[in-house]
Amino acid sequence: MRQPPMPRGHAGAPGARRGDDLPPPETLWRESWRLFKRDRLAVLGACVLALLLVAALSGKALTEWVVVFDPAVVRLPEKFLPPLSFSSNAAVPPHDRPFGGVYLLGTDELGRDVFARMLQGSFVSLSIGFIAVGIALALGVVLGGLSGFYGNVKLGVVTVDTLIMRFTDVMLCFPTFFLILTVVALLPPSIYNIMVVIGLTGWMGTARFVRAEFLALRKQDFVLAATAIGAPDRRVIFSHMVPNAMAPVLVSATIGVATAILTESGLSFLGFGVQPPFATWGNILADGKGFIFDAPWLFFIPGFAIVMVVLAFNLVGEGLRESLNPKLRKR
Amino acid sequence: MRAFILRNVLQRLLLLFVVSILAHAVIHLAPGEPNAVDPSNPRMKPEDIAKIRAAFHLDEPLYAQYVWWMRDLLSGELKSFKDSQPVLGKIWRRFLNSLPLFVCATLLVWTLAFPTGIQAAVHRGAVYDRATTLAAYALISVPGFFLSYLVILWVVNTFGVPVIGLKTFGMERAAPLFQTMDRIWHLVIPSLMSALGGMAILSRYVRSQMLEVIGQDYVRTARAKGAAEDTVIYRHALRNALLPFVTMFGFLLPGLIGGSVIFEQIFAWPGLGRLGYEAILARDFPVILTLNFMAAALTLAGTFLSDVLYAVVDPRIRTGLQGDA
Repeated sequence: MRQPPMPRGHAGAPGARRGDDLPPPETLWRESWRLFKRDRLAVLGACVLALLLVAALSGKALTEWVVVFDPAVVRLPEKFLPPLSFSSNAAVPPHDRPFGGVYLLGTDELGRDVFARMLQGSFVSLSIGFIAVGIALALGVVLGGLSGFYGNVKLGVVTVDTLIMRFTDVMLCFPTFFLILTVVALLPPSIYNIMVVIGLTGWMGTARFVRAEFLALRKQDFVLAATAIGAPDRRVIFSHMVPNAMAPVLVSATIGVATAILTESGLSFLGFGVQPPFATWGNILADGKGFIFDAPWLFFIPGFAIVMVVLAFNLVGEGLRESLNPKLRKR
Repeated sequence: MRAFILRNVLQRLLLLFVVSILAHAVIHLAPGEPNAVDPSNPRMKPEDIAKIRAAFHLDEPLYAQYVWWMRDLLSGELKSFKDSQPVLGKIWRRFLNSLPLFVCATLLVWTLAFPTGIQAAVHRGAVYDRATTLAAYALISVPGFFLSYLVILWVVNTFGVPVIGLKTFGMERAAPLFQTMDRIWHLVIPSLMSALGGMAILSRYVRSQMLEVIGQDYVRTARAKGAAEDTVIYRHALRNALLPFVTMFGFLLPGLIGGSVIFEQIFAWPGLGRLGYEAILARDFPVILTLNFMAAALTLAGTFLSDVLYAVVDPRIRTGLQGDA
């Protein structure tokens, strides 16, 4: 990404000179996509993520807007039913029966439909990941960008760069998980607090590498050229520098979502996760650990779901890292 | 070199000061006073609450509380809200419990990650490389407590050995040999579980570092002069690939406090992480604050150590410094 935007790939190769009918240069994104496709694991991960997105959106739709699967219905006569069992107890009123009369993933200790809870949880877990990472990225890009672009501006005795980078160092000193735990435990329990706290403690890496990218980009010819023709800072930053610094940000965002989902499940395990009535995969898993002998599906289904999804995010992140890395392009 | 060290130490002391202020502010600005933990307790009369608040300076302004905290911490008189025991003594006892777990896990990480990573780099693209890559990602992606539960079930069912806690209850009268074996059994599983994540990350890092070095000219030269493959890999390549890992030693230290909360909770290990968790549950501000402060101090000490080590190991930086001074 450090190279100025110039025709890449076959168009620039010697021997491709055919006058005006040169093949159109391969765009950056198309080339990245071609490289990404070569990594089969990453493609598999991307498919899992696409499925997850569908599951999360349909989960939101089917559990809250049009209630087909109601995750909150308690049916005590039918608790601890294994997956794929039929709802047949006469004590359960007909309007409380699950969709189609089948518990796809069984029921939990209150007779709630685990499939409905997993559907609802997929949206909540995913939105925790996305919002936390969104906050972390916004902070990281703004602070890193400020310190990379306006780093030399003096504020009294210190420069902007010193101020921001030393603050980053301070934040890096805290043990992240312990800090998250402390703050989440002291604040009133709320899903938004968890998102915000995970976001506020996760921006330091992004800030550091955005700064590094900006420092390198500032010396590039195309940025100098843009500055020289009198483009305002806003334009230089947002249309010339930010797109070129996005690759590592994208990678760390992908991996960040995975980390946030894991952090949430860790918090749930310690009892400080998302509180009922919200179901997340983390708290279904944490609640299920008490029934590992009597109702193993309550433990294994959310556990493997988390592993699959986090693994998919990590693999896609790694695939992106490889395909967006200019150093690896030549191979 | 001396100027370099002095400047580094001063910078870090300043950072530590800022960290302590920030930690103090975060904890005291959050709602939830220590005396609000158990509001329904009938034995807590208003005058008791007032007494507690006065004893811990909770009614004074924030900066005064900060000064009290610092003064008590430095003079070693800081008391826990929960049981009025000296905080430093509590932390020290838990530290002694955490230490074997930490040492054992660290040894596992560093001894297993290197061979795995090196082999993966040498056989790049082969089945072994792809298998370890996938395994590493799988290990990073598993919630620690999920895997730990599975392993505990498996170990207990297969080998019939106890794994929870520091030692088996009631073993005090047993022969020293059995006591030692019991302690070791209790130590192995938790340290392995807390090592797995680090192992996965470190082995990936070793692999990429080795790949970078293997492509260098001096490695090709070593091959060209006819050195045995092992000599090329372990003497010429590995030694140069090791350089960045010196800095990673620095990031080990804070893991003592922060990284262990979940695993110590699963294995009922009475260590530092668990102390922190209990303190959070009880709103025991002095303990929480001191743990955060110590973790920050350890991080700073760690980065300082790695900076110095880097200067010692890397001649390019060393000569650069002498030029500076």
